[in-house]
Amino acid sequence: MSADAVTVDRRAARQAAKRRSARRGQAIAAVSSVVVLGGLAALVLTSPGWPAVRDTFFSWSAFRDAFPKVLSAFWLDVKLFCVVEAVVLVLGLVIALVRTSRAPALFPLRLIATVFVDVFRGIPTIILVYLVGFGIPALELSGLPTDPIVLGGIALTLSYGGYVAEVYRAGIRSVHRGQRDAALAIGLTEAQALRYVILPQAVRRVGPPLLNDFIALQKDVALVSLLGVGEAFQKANVITASTFNYTPLMAAALLYLCVTIPLARLVDRTGLGGRTR
Amino acid sequence: MGAPVLELRGVTKSFGELEVLRGIDLAVAEHEAVALIGASGSGKSTLLRCIDLLEEIDDGDIFLDGEVITDPSVDPVAVRRRLGLVFQAYNLFPHLTALQNIVLGDTRAHGASRAEADGRANRLLERFGLAGRGNDHPDELSGGQQQRVAIARVFAGRPRALLLDEVTSALDPELVGEVLDAVRDLKDEGVTMIIATHEMGFAREVADRVGFLHDGRIVELGPPERVLTQPERPETQRFLRRLLEAGRA
Repeated sequence: MSADAVTVDRRAARQAAKRRSARRGQAIAAVSSVVVLGGLAALVLTSPGWPAVRDTFFSWSAFRDAFPKVLSAFWLDVKLFCVVEAVVLVLGLVIALVRTSRAPALFPLRLIATVFVDVFRGIPTIILVYLVGFGIPALELSGLPTDPIVLGGIALTLSYGGYVAEVYRAGIRSVHRGQRDAALAIGLTEAQALRYVILPQAVRRVGPPLLNDFIALQKDVALVSLLGVGEAFQKANVITASTFNYTPLMAAALLYLCVTIPLARLVDRTGLGGRTR
Repeated sequence: MGAPVLELRGVTKSFGELEVLRGIDLAVAEHEAVALIGASGSGKSTLLRCIDLLEEIDDGDIFLDGEVITDPSVDPVAVRRRLGLVFQAYNLFPHLTALQNIVLGDTRAHGASRAEADGRANRLLERFGLAGRGNDHPDELSGGQQQRVAIARVFAGRPRALLLDEVTSALDPELVGEVLDAVRDLKDEGVTMIIATHEMGFAREVADRVGFLHDGRIVELGPPERVLTQPERPETQRFLRRLLEAGRA
């Protein structure tokens, strides 16, 4: 056999081996999935309490009754989420810019921004909701908002504004010094360097962590129910209290998932992009 | 020769305890190319960064076209718009295309219209052998191409003098030539420049004068054929001998 023929033979053998290994991999994955998932399902479904759990959490008739009401309340969550997210994006950026600036004139603002982040990021969101939701109206000052939806939104904005500011700041600091040097070297001012060179790169880099924070925010919108706001969690809770069935909460969970899962896929997609542009 | 385009008098610069520049005197005439050679850490980069006002000098004065630029009352942005510093690591803006990299300073710093800047950028891309690459991002270009874009980016601002900071040091050996061609081209056009470099052959060919930077001072300055072949100072002789032994000269 010539050397060429031997090489061709080897190539065919390698490809066959690769195919065999791929087929074996798929078979193993399928079998192990069936065993693990089937085992878990069997464990739950054969547990002594399963019939009771099924009726309390996964009752189809209770779901059918509750879902429309929970869904209509859920729109409030979506609206509140969208407004708070928009405000947080701007507020976080402003705080991050103030904290990274070196201008002496901005010192008091820098101090305020630092305290803002430390305090509002450090307090549990649930306490902030109580503090703002009940504390501000109790001041009895005219001109301050009294609508619990607005107050809840403010509490969420304070909490997430602190988080998002730090995400932005990390992004700004991650841009290499040479980028600023180059921007100044072509004659841009410090402000122009920030606007056209540093921020665009920083914002691209922090896309995935920002989306991550927004998934958390989307869920935390449920906390405004503590102020008696009739959003999805609160509606579901009310129905649960009158029917002694937890299925309405599952309906609310399903609705949250409908928003958070697409957001999570978006995080994956942007995260995998990996390019800095 | 007329008045120097760039003049340095007694320039010193320290970083903490470390004295990097200990009294630099240098005058660069119009259309002149001065090459600065010297070991790594001898202060070549610092000197160029000081001239572009990216670093503040401690003492001495720097003049551009006879005007002092190191006075605290001088706006550094206005000075940088008249100079063009090219970095060893290119420092292109990765989020912008090659064309946008070149256009940014022309429109934002020099007030050119978009059409005017685009035209100029495209001509520069073509001139440096990058026709058709304008829409590529830096990560789609080789190191040599990126450095040529970086030179075009700075040259688009029509600087009075170019400051080239070891523009080939980060390149693979086979890509050095294309960048040196670009510099040669600018020299032929009569662009005034200071070139910090490790390429002795290139310094000999392009520079009108070569300065040897040692211990924060320019210890020897003169025509390349003298400084590079018959250096007077023992420091220069030692430096060149070491380069020769390393096969770099």
